[in-house]
Amino acid sequence: MAPWNPRTEGMPLDELRRLQFKLVKSLVYRLYSFNDFYRRRMKEQQVHPDDIRTLEDVAKLPFMYKSDLRDGYPDRIFSAEQNELVRYHVSSGTTGKPTVVGYTERDIENWSESLARAFSSCGLGRGDVMQVSYGYGLFTGGLGAHYGAERVGATVLPTSVGNTERQIELMQDLRVTAIACTPSYLLHMGEVAEKMGVSIKNDTDLRMGFLGAEPWSEQMRGRIEDWLGIRAYDIYGTSELSGPMFTECTEQQGIHIWGDLALVEIVDPATGEVLPTGEQGELTVTMLQKEALPMVRYRIGDLTAIEEGVCPCGRTHPRIGRIRGRVDDMLIVRGINVFPSQVEHALLEIPEVGRHFQIVVDRKGALDSMLVRVEVSEEAFSDKITDLMVIKRAVEHRLRGSLNVSVDVELVEPGTLPRFEGKSKKVVDRRSL
Amino acid sequence: MEKSYIVKQISIFSENRPGRLAAIAGALRDAGINIFAFSIAEADGFGVVRALVDRPDDAYRTLTDLGFRVSFTDVIGVKMRDEPGGLSDIASILGDAGINIEYAYAYSGKDAAVLILRVDQVEDAVRQILGRGGELLKASLSQ
Repeated sequence: MAPWNPRTEGMPLDELRRLQFKLVKSLVYRLYSFNDFYRRRMKEQQVHPDDIRTLEDVAKLPFMYKSDLRDGYPDRIFSAEQNELVRYHVSSGTTGKPTVVGYTERDIENWSESLARAFSSCGLGRGDVMQVSYGYGLFTGGLGAHYGAERVGATVLPTSVGNTERQIELMQDLRVTAIACTPSYLLHMGEVAEKMGVSIKNDTDLRMGFLGAEPWSEQMRGRIEDWLGIRAYDIYGTSELSGPMFTECTEQQGIHIWGDLALVEIVDPATGEVLPTGEQGELTVTMLQKEALPMVRYRIGDLTAIEEGVCPCGRTHPRIGRIRGRVDDMLIVRGINVFPSQVEHALLEIPEVGRHFQIVVDRKGALDSMLVRVEVSEEAFSDKITDLMVIKRAVEHRLRGSLNVSVDVELVEPGTLPRFEGKSKKVVDRRSL
Repeated sequence: MEKSYIVKQISIFSENRPGRLAAIAGALRDAGINIFAFSIAEADGFGVVRALVDRPDDAYRTLTDLGFRVSFTDVIGVKMRDEPGGLSDIASILGDAGINIEYAYAYSGKDAAVLILRVDQVEDAVRQILGRGGELLKASLSQ
């Protein structure tokens, strides 16, 4: 699809990197001069703006964490005065105090520009009707998608969340062609629509969805696209970056991160070391043009990798792969980083076992051992021990392949594994370190 | 004709820890289901309980409702002379016919000893055993 901003989106990589370097350099000088928090951080790290001589020198800069935002509540690390701000968003603190994000006029402008490029890379534009079913209010999703869609000339239907039947009526009556919401809410809409006798695939004009704000998988994409007859695009962002900012293009080969707005690095979650392109690690973002709440090397906590090469769509900017999980869930087994989400993804591809699992890590002598407990599926259950042993070994082989650490698999009775209790029950760490 | 000798065995996946057999047996007792014969095969951390019962469909439903992983397996029950050579006779018939025994267990009852077999070619096994004068349990006995 035609680029929104051809000059920037197709910028040759070396030119883009020169631009990023200039932006980093001026950002660092500005922060060092005017932001007490960040100057203190840099001094602690013994780095001065003059030390940043190449783009790679960004790795010398200190990281920022979610806790910095919480500790700075509400606006102590802002770089703009209140009278320069045009908006606040507040993210709910699931693990403590909320965090507040302020926006200057320019911040809102860049946020809208980012989404305008993203939406048009998926073919949204004048003539489309975009239903925004993200929450409006303190949450960034609703207003973010709203401004981005208006910017590309689409007609926005700001339904926000809830009252699903009315949403479906409006979708039909106003000939909605695109929707922005969470993937689970779209599935819910599909179910409610069927109960009302409406097939989203056959009875509406919906043709694309921008889905995000919660983790989802390729399997879920396949199901949504087939069932609802739309293209489903992954949308990514967090309130610290501004809100939802980036999406895939029609190629669906990774999320384009506009390099003039954000510099992405993937770092080892344990050591903070920058990892090479293609390796999985923690997404770390430096916002290059953000004014009110600058973010430098912000450790988002999401796991992904930077995709190699240039997207077939021709946009030169770096792309990140699907979010694989959260860093908080990471285990280190024999020095290897292991994420429960990797186990989950591997199991989804093995039909002989169910998708529920439990990881038990223990230490025998000096060595860590990792046990994964899984259920044999109904179809695969055989009363021959040899068949069951083949399944067990196949799962062990598959997990070792994707985790790079050897795994014992235990077959357990159905219903004995934790279902919805979350991480606390899914991982049992018996090591006493 | 062969079909009337193919017996529906229930097989239950069980973790290898105390109380699991008691849970299975207790469930069958509460449902009033009688067990003729059973065996346990064990592996690394798990096992399979195999049983011949008087009402296999009810047993399947009862155990599945309790969350057990259960399947039916086709087996045959061969009556053996309860004296030296009894097992040898039957094993030879199957061996000569090129039929492989995947597993077996036996019980020695009032009238005869019975060998329960899972084989790779069940209808063929029925024909061979009957053809050479062997006697098989009727499937209807366990319905």
